[in-house]
Amino acid sequence: MAKNIHLLKVASPEIAKKAKAGQFVVLRAVEEGERIPLTLYDWDPRDGTISLVFQEVGKTTKLLAGMRVGDRILNLIGPLGLPSHIERFGRVVCIGGGVGVPAVYPIARAMKLVGNEVIGIMGARTAELLILEEEMRSVSDRLIVTTDDGSKGMKGFVTNALRDLLGSGIRVDRVVAVGPAVMMKFVAETTRPYGIKTIVSLNSIMLDATGMCGACRISVGGRTKFTCVDGPEFDGHEVDFDLLLDRLNQYVEEEKRIAAMDC
Amino acid sequence: MSGRISPKKVPMAEQPPEERIRNFREVPLGYTPEQAIEEAKRCLQCKEAPCIKGCPVEIDIPAFIRLVAEGRFKEAALKIKEKNALPAICGRVCPQETQCEAVCTLGRRFEPVAIGRLERFVADWEREHCDPIAPNPPPKRGKKVAIIGSGPAGLTAAADLAKMGYDVTIFEALHKPGGVLVYGIPEFRLPKAIVEAEVEYVKSLGVEIRVDSVIGRLYSIQELFDMGYSAVFIGIGAGSPMFMGIPGENLSGVYSANEYLTRSNLMKAYLFPEYHTPIKTGKKVAVIGGGNVAMDAARTARRLGAESVYLIYRRSEAEMPARIEERERAKEEGIIFHLLTLPVRIIGDEKGRVKAIECVKMELGEPDESGRRRPIPVRGSEFIIEVDTVIVAIGTAANPLLPRSTPGLKLTEDGYIVVDEETGRTSLEGVYAGGDIVTGSATVISAMGAARKAARAIHEYLSGRA
Ligand SMILES: Cc1cc2nc3c(=O)[nH]c(=O)nc-3n(C[C@H](O)[C@H](O)[C@H](O)COP(=O)(O)OP(=O)(O)OC[C@H]3O[C@@H](n4cnc5c(N)ncnc54)[C@H](O)[C@@H]3O)c2cc1C
Ligand code: FES
Repeated sequence: MAKNIHLLKVASPEIAKKAKAGQFVVLRAVEEGERIPLTLYDWDPRDGTISLVFQEVGKTTKLLAGMRVGDRILNLIGPLGLPSHIERFGRVVCIGGGVGVPAVYPIARAMKLVGNEVIGIMGARTAELLILEEEMRSVSDRLIVTTDDGSKGMKGFVTNALRDLLGSGIRVDRVVAVGPAVMMKFVAETTRPYGIKTIVSLNSIMLDATGMCGACRISVGGRTKFTCVDGPEFDGHEVDFDLLLDRLNQYVEEEKRIAAMDC
Repeated sequence: MSGRISPKKVPMAEQPPEERIRNFREVPLGYTPEQAIEEAKRCLQCKEAPCIKGCPVEIDIPAFIRLVAEGRFKEAALKIKEKNALPAICGRVCPQETQCEAVCTLGRRFEPVAIGRLERFVADWEREHCDPIAPNPPPKRGKKVAIIGSGPAGLTAAADLAKMGYDVTIFEALHKPGGVLVYGIPEFRLPKAIVEAEVEYVKSLGVEIRVDSVIGRLYSIQELFDMGYSAVFIGIGAGSPMFMGIPGENLSGVYSANEYLTRSNLMKAYLFPEYHTPIKTGKKVAVIGGGNVAMDAARTARRLGAESVYLIYRRSEAEMPARIEERERAKEEGIIFHLLTLPVRIIGDEKGRVKAIECVKMELGEPDESGRRRPIPVRGSEFIIEVDTVIVAIGTAANPLLPRSTPGLKLTEDGYIVVDEETGRTSLEGVYAGGDIVTGSATVISAMGAARKAARAIHEYLSGRA
């Protein structure tokens, strides 16, 4: 789709039938592989497929990127997590950053479908990394595109666009943001003074994703929650993002070690 | 004859501590056929056979032991399998010292018969020498039963119902069947090849196992009925790890025992980077808790290369729930016990990683509800241990995922499933439950015993007799 960003379409009639916006799957590519969570980008109960979008970052995503049509994924578990809370709120801003765009897309679509006015904001570092712009446009009443370097759309971060939007005085009833933890943190900071309910979808490290290990635990409103069963969506104003960021960095050294092996 | 009975069990060889802390292979090495026969001959074959009642699944212990004494190992295996589909597992992990061996008649004067070691021997002998013996397939009843969870409870219920002629499907959330037997109990105590062989046996009875299937998400229990299952057994284990609620528990480097053991056992992180799941091996590791799970975590940390492993337990050793055998092995392996010690805070560095744990000394007061003396903190006795990894092994709670998605299923205040004890029947018609999700964390054999009762009740329900 873009540099190091891939779309994977997998036949899985059972998951395709059950999936709802905001849910994710866990997969294991090979016998030696990790179990990694990926948010559902799309699914089609008629042809029995699900679509996942991922960025090549670790060992498993590298393996997935090397897959050819007809290859099998060893294990695919889902749909997991609680579905998004979809309701007619009024005007909803759906924000996607980087590979958060494919994750926010089905939420925006579902919000639109029940009659919300959807304002989409999507951003990437640079124009080449913008993905699914047309798809996002198709489910948004209005779409704002940002790039950090200004190579397309507005120059700046999605939070700049959000700040401008809120500053313009328009009423916003709900914000949903999916993207890197830092982005979600700043989205939540941006909406906090306005008191707008802001939902974020967290990308914690997971292991079993069935609530059995606590690897995915985070702190929300001072209480420990398991992202895989209590989430992945939480109230962004209550999430301790600094803790999330620390926990996301737990295995950077190990990731470097395993990446070095491939060279 | 009793004059010639040896007062002690025939000892079983073990890997010496200095060697075994460098590998994940099994610690006890098992009996030879000669040793097994010698030990079996210690059995008095007493008429009362209290051991049978001491066994939660009522194995005909004297009968199988007599067959061992006569060298008829295959028949001994069949005898055990009449009651227990998972003997190689139970021979290894059952607390025989509080069950069958605790009531052994010989035990009144001498060491009891080594029933556990003999069970293990027979099961291992059978696995190594015979093609798996599956009983002749029973006539099909044309009814389907769904089992949720493939731990000891699920496997037992599945095997029993398959033997009665039902079409049984197990739905398992993880990618591998076995429950705690594969993700929790380490290789050095229960080799995974053995669990796999026992799972294969259950499959050979015609049971279909569908991994990667999280019930409550992929299908609800109602949908299982809609799919044509006539009854459902829930054996999902307790599973959800508890934390202490002290500051610093979410720092990087703090694990639940479930996470630590799952990374090492199920995901084989001890073989990183050949296997891709990472684990912080840690140089100085604190394990909090005093049960079998804490021992497993501590001994795993040692094998992963930790130089110092501290076991922190708030009561004294007399109150420890871990089996004596496991405590002894842990000590032999150099695990340092900090007894009567309560962690009060985990201290992190600027990157949010564990660097130390602060504890307070305890003293024992009056007995509490559990009958054990209540530990009370000693004022001003705080001290700090430098560690880079902390493993919390203070128990598990009910995993809410399935119950939350099952309206009408009656739960206790703590989220466990309420059942009729004799039948495992829940508040929903046709839905039965057993194992840790009913009792809270217990034992492999009690989960199997509950599953056996439920299987019988399901059979009665489906044949219209209940
Ligand atoms: C580290 C450790 C060491 C232990 N050591 C011993 C010992 O030495 N001796 C002993 O007797 N006992 C021991 N125990 C306790 C013993 O393992 C348990 O009591 C026993 O496994 C309970 O069996 P179960 O079948 O109820 O549940 P489990 O073994 O927990 O199995 C439950 C299964 O259900 C699956 N599941 C959960 N939710 C769902 C869902 N929604 N859909 C589908 N599948 C689901 C899980 O993935 C799991 O595979 C130990 C436990 C641990 C954690
Ligand atoms: S990933 Fe294990 S509990 Fe959430």
